[in-house]
Amino acid sequence: MGLIEEPAGQIAGGAIEFEGENLLELSRNHLRAIRGNEISMIFQEPMSSLNPVLTIGEQLAEPLMIHRKLGRKAAQQRALELITEVGISRPEQIIRAYPHELSGGMLQRIMIAIAISCEPKLLIADEPTTALDVTIQAQILDMLRSFREDRGMSILLITHDLGVVAEMADYVIVMYSGKVVEEGGVVELFEHPRHPYTQGLLRSKPVMNQRQKALYSIPGYVPNPLELTASCYFHDRCEHCMDICRERQPPLRELDNGQKTACWLYEKEAAVHV
Amino acid sequence: MGAYLTRRLTYTILILLAASLLIFSLYAMTPGDFITGNIKLSPERKAELRELYGLNKPLLERYLTWMNQAFHGNFGYSLDKQQPVLTLFNQYIWNSFLLAIVSTFLTWIIAVIIGVIAAYRQYSWFDTLVMIFIFAAMSIPSFFIGLFLIKILAVDWKWLPPGGMLTTGSNATGIAYIREVVQHMTLPVIVMTLLGVGSLTRYFRSNMIDVIKQDYIRTARAKGLSERRVLFTHALRNALLPAITLVGFELPALFGGSLIIERIFNWPGIGQLYMQSFTVRDYPLLMGFTMFIAVLTVIGTLLSDILYHAADPRVKL
Repeated sequence: MGLIEEPAGQIAGGAIEFEGENLLELSRNHLRAIRGNEISMIFQEPMSSLNPVLTIGEQLAEPLMIHRKLGRKAAQQRALELITEVGISRPEQIIRAYPHELSGGMLQRIMIAIAISCEPKLLIADEPTTALDVTIQAQILDMLRSFREDRGMSILLITHDLGVVAEMADYVIVMYSGKVVEEGGVVELFEHPRHPYTQGLLRSKPVMNQRQKALYSIPGYVPNPLELTASCYFHDRCEHCMDICRERQPPLRELDNGQKTACWLYEKEAAVHV
Repeated sequence: MGAYLTRRLTYTILILLAASLLIFSLYAMTPGDFITGNIKLSPERKAELRELYGLNKPLLERYLTWMNQAFHGNFGYSLDKQQPVLTLFNQYIWNSFLLAIVSTFLTWIIAVIIGVIAAYRQYSWFDTLVMIFIFAAMSIPSFFIGLFLIKILAVDWKWLPPGGMLTTGSNATGIAYIREVVQHMTLPVIVMTLLGVGSLTRYFRSNMIDVIKQDYIRTARAKGLSERRVLFTHALRNALLPAITLVGFELPALFGGSLIIERIFNWPGIGQLYMQSFTVRDYPLLMGFTMFIAVLTVIGTLLSDILYHAADPRVKL
């Protein structure tokens, strides 16, 4: 969404396509008209994502007034409805409250209300439940899912929590050190993980009704992004590491069942189908 | 809020009592007084005058007399000018206030605008230029800038008058009077603004740099708000909060006058009066003025606390 300022954030290459348009080629104004309107976003920390000196009402009404050209009154009215829609009672009181007066779960609901206010086509949720406890987490996810179904809105969910993935996702992309290592439909991916990293991830989550002394964990640490070389980034933690893994980066290849993975182990299998 | 105010007012009174004691002791126990300096007087006449002014009484009694009068709104009688202290204040303070209010206003406006832009474009050529200029303005002493500008603008180019508040011998009234005063105050205001704007700009720049890194600024951008709205509605309000403390300190500065500037530009302000009184040890006036500044300081702090409450919903009093 172009929210990270240069020079801290730079887009090295590629394209970001949305509804047939490359977002990277849009003018600043055009991109601004999309932000919060067609694509909106919710963040990790609801407590720090809302402005402490503005009321919930003011912050909720802003995108409505800008993108929907609503007047102040109409925007406030819509804000009240939105607060009710995200499951908070006493909207008249909440609208005048400041962020520090609400709990984390309520703030994340408000963030969602802001994000869905202009009926976006895509909602990017960056670890939306990381800062919340498990009960609230489930409520928030339920709510996101129901909005997705009722409004035909897509969700791009960024998370490290495989439980959340299994519950929410249709299609999963697994990334490691900034590279896509595997992607596929949620069922295939959970049943037949191909990449050693995905396999490791799935092995390291607890399974119900199985007593285990210690959970599996992938050996080693995530590599320092400054020291990455032309190799498979996962090679030093991989139990199937081969010579080629240390020398060349594997490309992302489609496998026979439509799943994609970037691993030299599957290179021959994939090559047959190319 | 009510309980808070009562508590604060009690503290205020206690602080002012302590301050008055300190101020009185400092001036009363300094060797010498208004009469010592006058070499034309005979010892008998000196003793007579001391008796008359009450300077030979015990310290405690003098302090109590002073305080008693102060409670009745009488801050004593200037020995040098032979007028009540408050009348003198009233004559001089508004001249100082005029300079201070205009330059403070300009300083804040300029500092906020430049600080915000410099923070937004951190490390750009504009930011670098501003930083160099600020360091230059902060490092050069006021008397140098003052004299330098008098030399260039008043003496060489003759654009502005070099000093005073009115042209000598002028008896302009109405619009012409206002014009004359504005012309005369331009130079001192420029110098005072130049001196003040540096530190304040740096203050706003660093506050703003902290604020624009916050998550809620990212949220504001993600909502599709214009940069102007992000900066001035979402960021600036948060960046201004710590500056409220400074508002409290500005209050005594507004009325306190400026010793150096008023001297250089021969401005008839309270700073000049204070300097004159100092050389002749006109203690009633000096004590009155110091006490006045103490009162303003205490009120200023109280004011900034109350303002804080009004501006930041998280602050409960």
